[in-house]
Amino acid sequence: MSRPPVLHPLAVRIAHWLNAFAIACMISSGWGIYNASPLFPFKFASWMTLGGWLGGSIAWHFAAMWLLVANGLFYLLYGALSGHFRRHLLPVRAGEVWRDAGQALRLKLPHQPGVYNAVQKLLYWAVMLLGILVVLSGLALWKPVQLDWLADLFGGFDFARKVHFAAMAGIAAFVVVHLALVAIVPRTLIPMFTGGHDKKANAS
Amino acid sequence: MKDKDDKHAPKTEKILLADHRPALVQVQRRLMLRSALSLGALSMLSGCDLQDNDSVDKVLWAMSRWNDRVQALLFRSHKLAPTYAASQITHPFPFNAFYDEFNAPDIDGSDWKLEVSGLVSDKRSWTLERLRALPQAGQITRHICIEGWSAIGQWSGVPLRLFLQAVGADLTARYVGFKCADRYYSSLDMPTALHPQTILALDFGKEALPTQYGYPLKVRVPTKLGFKNPKHVVAIFVSNQNPGGYWEDQGYNWFSGI
Repeated sequence: MSRPPVLHPLAVRIAHWLNAFAIACMISSGWGIYNASPLFPFKFASWMTLGGWLGGSIAWHFAAMWLLVANGLFYLLYGALSGHFRRHLLPVRAGEVWRDAGQALRLKLPHQPGVYNAVQKLLYWAVMLLGILVVLSGLALWKPVQLDWLADLFGGFDFARKVHFAAMAGIAAFVVVHLALVAIVPRTLIPMFTGGHDKKANAS
Repeated sequence: MKDKDDKHAPKTEKILLADHRPALVQVQRRLMLRSALSLGALSMLSGCDLQDNDSVDKVLWAMSRWNDRVQALLFRSHKLAPTYAASQITHPFPFNAFYDEFNAPDIDGSDWKLEVSGLVSDKRSWTLERLRALPQAGQITRHICIEGWSAIGQWSGVPLRLFLQAVGADLTARYVGFKCADRYYSSLDMPTALHPQTILALDFGKEALPTQYGYPLKVRVPTKLGFKNPKHVVAIFVSNQNPGGYWEDQGYNWFSGI
């Protein structure tokens, strides 16, 4: 008899933890850079920032971006080519999202290992799109002369900063929800290290 | 990064960080307890700031050198920075330096000299009159600071390419370095020095550069971040050894193209 299917394939686990490290580096060093010239009337507490000073934050930001982009491309290619996205994140139907969101808000949504509810599917797609947006707006800020068409696409250098910030805020909000759900259902954490096995799928 | 005597800004930041060290440790523990291992590991890294030459800092410096190489490949010598209309110029244009505005050097243009050295055939120094006698060019471009703010200004003066040709510079050399009256120094890669919009700026708007914007000579490079645009320039040299720069030597990315 074959072993039950793995909840999280090795490729997904590697991409997940590399991404967790890269995102944490990018956001915390990004907050350090933001503090040098804030867009809004607040700064991030210095303990929340990475790099110690502007030059350090920028060094972290521009080092981790290579990991973020390389790992992101790997994940998107793997997800599309292996059928991972199709199996786990599709389809997303409006009616199901509405139903599952209602259940989740009443804390009545059952958690089934290996099965994503419609809200989760939508959130994973949203955070992937935000990831693409944050990278493209970041490129527009990094190279507003060499890639001036990209900066123009984001409404110019100054508006691209706002887009970059908004995309970061969206990703940060996702991370907060993501970690809160792990805290509420801690047994979901171990399979993200070990792979885990979908015992229910095997039994049925 | 060897020369460590000019680090006022980073030192201030380090003191602030040290003040928060106990809070940092607390947060670290909290995160560990919540099994958020990657975040816990990250807050341990937050002391790595390019100043201590530990192994993480060495990786950051290596990545910065890698970024230099990628940016040199991305740079296109005929790609012009966007230009703007006179109505879009930022008023007042912000002052920016590693010192306060009242400490900007007060220079007498009549006895100011521009020294030229390194891989050039004519090492005679230049006066303002001789620079003004060369063909002038300028444009309205966006100055983008590494801090994230930007401002549009109008600079004009001698195209650096033309000046380098006039002094018989070795245009195959790798670097052009600048020394300033305010102890600032910086350098450019040769392709950027030869870019048509890179100028030895003598004028800001229609007037000679005011003191706060670098009288009497500023290097204006619209394809680089603001700190690669030195003010109060008193010496130019051509070299194959990377001359570094005031901020570059402390950890700002050297190429810093935009």
